Amino acid sequence: MIKVEHISKLYRLGSTHNAHPTLREGLAGAFKAALRRQNNGDNGKKNIIWALNDVSFEVSRGEVIGIIGRNGAGKSTLLKILSRITDPTRGRIELYGRVGSLLEVGTGFHPELTGRENIFLNGVIMGMKRKELAHKFDEIVAFAEIDRFIDTPVKRYSSGMYVRLAFAVAAHLEPEVLIVDEVLAVGDELFQKKCLGKMAEIAGEGRTVLFVSHNMPAVLNLCPRAILLERGGVTKDASSSEVVGHYLHTGGANLAHREWPDISTAPGDDVVRLRSISVIDEDEQVCQSIDIRNKIGIKFEYDVLESGPRLAPTFNIAMESGAVVFWAGDRDPNWENTPRLKGRYSTTAWIPGNFLNAGTMIVSATISRVRPTHEHLYEQGVLSFEVMDRMGSDTARGNFPGHFAGAVRPLLPWETRFAPKDEGSVEMGAAS
Amino acid sequence: MTTSASDSASLTPNSTNRTGPNCLPQYELPDEPLVIIEPRKSWSAVGFHDFWVYRELLYFLTLRDIKVRYKQTLLGVLWVLLQPLLTTIVFTIFLGVLIQVPSEGTPYVLFVYVGLLPWTFFSAAVISSSNSLVNNAHLITKVYFPRSLIPVSAVVGRLLDLAIAFIVLICLMAYYHVALTWAILLLPVLVTLMTLLAVGIGMVTSAMNVKYRDIGVLIPVLLQLWMYASPVVYPTSLVPGRWQRIYGLNPLVGLVGSFRAAALGAQIDWSALAWSVGTIAALLICAAFLFRRMERHFADIV
Repeated sequence: MIKVEHISKLYRLGSTHNAHPTLREGLAGAFKAALRRQNNGDNGKKNIIWALNDVSFEVSRGEVIGIIGRNGAGKSTLLKILSRITDPTRGRIELYGRVGSLLEVGTGFHPELTGRENIFLNGVIMGMKRKELAHKFDEIVAFAEIDRFIDTPVKRYSSGMYVRLAFAVAAHLEPEVLIVDEVLAVGDELFQKKCLGKMAEIAGEGRTVLFVSHNMPAVLNLCPRAILLERGGVTKDASSSEVVGHYLHTGGANLAHREWPDISTAPGDDVVRLRSISVIDEDEQVCQSIDIRNKIGIKFEYDVLESGPRLAPTFNIAMESGAVVFWAGDRDPNWENTPRLKGRYSTTAWIPGNFLNAGTMIVSATISRVRPTHEHLYEQGVLSFEVMDRMGSDTARGNFPGHFAGAVRPLLPWETRFAPKDEGSVEMGAAS
Repeated sequence: MTTSASDSASLTPNSTNRTGPNCLPQYELPDEPLVIIEPRKSWSAVGFHDFWVYRELLYFLTLRDIKVRYKQTLLGVLWVLLQPLLTTIVFTIFLGVLIQVPSEGTPYVLFVYVGLLPWTFFSAAVISSSNSLVNNAHLITKVYFPRSLIPVSAVVGRLLDLAIAFIVLICLMAYYHVALTWAILLLPVLVTLMTLLAVGIGMVTSAMNVKYRDIGVLIPVLLQLWMYASPVVYPTSLVPGRWQRIYGLNPLVGLVGSFRAAALGAQIDWSALAWSVGTIAALLICAAFLFRRMERHFADIV
């Protein structure tokens, strides 16, 4: 269905230096990160980077494939080439079917136009015919649950309605190959479920789906097969459980620490930008694997660019399976609900020792405004670290050697009160 | 990037291809790939065939431009009438009454309006078109379609303005009792030529604007100069004889001059018009190649 042969994509640095700032939005973080890495490698002597280097794979009919990889691995570039948004520098791709790509939902939506107008505009942009849209119109409106507001400009929609309408149009695309990029990152949980359900349905119909995501549980659920991209190349192409496991385990040393030296590409917006985030040990050193007995710090460094917002750094810890162990938001009594002044903040949350279970933990981080709530950034799976198992009297495991299940493994204070029973002691006495 | 000949088929959703959840392949894979993605050859032209294949998209993009333009303005479509009318009044006062620019026997108001009408269309079309790719960056980076649709739809969207402003011209002509001649049938041809000229320029400037935003600032200034280098507010006869040849290189001399002559029933300068047609044809060919060459990088740098 899809035959990708030796695809490479070269980006020239020169052309990006002169370009307009919106370049930063245009080129995904993918490209930027790759660029930085390459720059360190050869001292910026050559102003070129290979965002993709000799990528080959084949996808057969009806297959649902997950494409995973860190930011900068070349996922976005690959998607753009497959969707014909940009050309490859080398190589060849053969597509045996119509391709629909959903690099975002609501492409081309215009806020001034009504829901009805946007359905047609967006649908035609995505390659549907007017007749086909007219035919499916009622279905789309029903799916989006917005029938009362169909003639209202979408700028008056709530963000939920907007996303529902956008997804409703996308869901009615009927290509033989569907390319989906992170659309599930938007919207609430209910909506994400709906998206995943629709994708499963599409896959069930025997259509081919390429699904690019950071959402490991979704990849594991939806895609039997996955491809791992690293530094522009395919490093693993196997069953998704194998690839996801490999991906999470081989993050390398940089996984416990991420930083964004260039503020313009750092996660965030005009109010706040995350500059670095790390897993630290009790000596405040970045640490990839931490003894289960020791406390673990999640350290945020962020720049507040606009005085006044009440911000709460928040994170969650998830297990390799994707199940969230907990969420935690900043409850520092001095800073909670305190309007922030412009400047650099460094905030650490301490997870007590003997609390998490052993294994790989994945950190996702957000910085949100409180009252009114607004998420300024959300970095899913931004860090991962290893909790190292130990035995001994100062662990929850004690001297038990077997499998220790559970999301957490707290060392609980155990109390036993013992009241000697006279008969018992008599019996004992009698026995002896 | 090349597409096989059957690409147009790829745009026609075929509902018979739907398969139920439990029965996988009900149709065979085509022997030939529908789309082949490859590095593009350095020089090739924009396929004008694309405009036909993607005509619905062209229609909806144009419709969007028009709707959005007037949706949040207080006077809405009235602006289309007000803009040339106000300019007409200003020029009539300064050039017609105070300086007394000759107007070849017609009242200056009518003379200048019939020049401003095509000019306003042309300049608005070039400006919209120049900024069109940049303004649609969110589309370019997210979905594939022939990029040339964008500058073209920006030009086409201005045709409605022209049509509306044309009503005023009809009123003015009726008021001044201008006799209609067969030459008036030439007007649609001239409008088409002007559209093509704007498309040719817009394709080049919009593509350059993607890389160098200076273009967006420069274009209105250049257009201002161009207006005075064209017979919009004065007749061609005002230009001294020795300058006429250089002056005649401007394709708008033939177009605006003929537009006025056709509307007012005056003598049409066929040689000037022929020159305009030749220039437009050459420009369109260059634009088709240039645009094709530059569009490869739009998604990367816009």
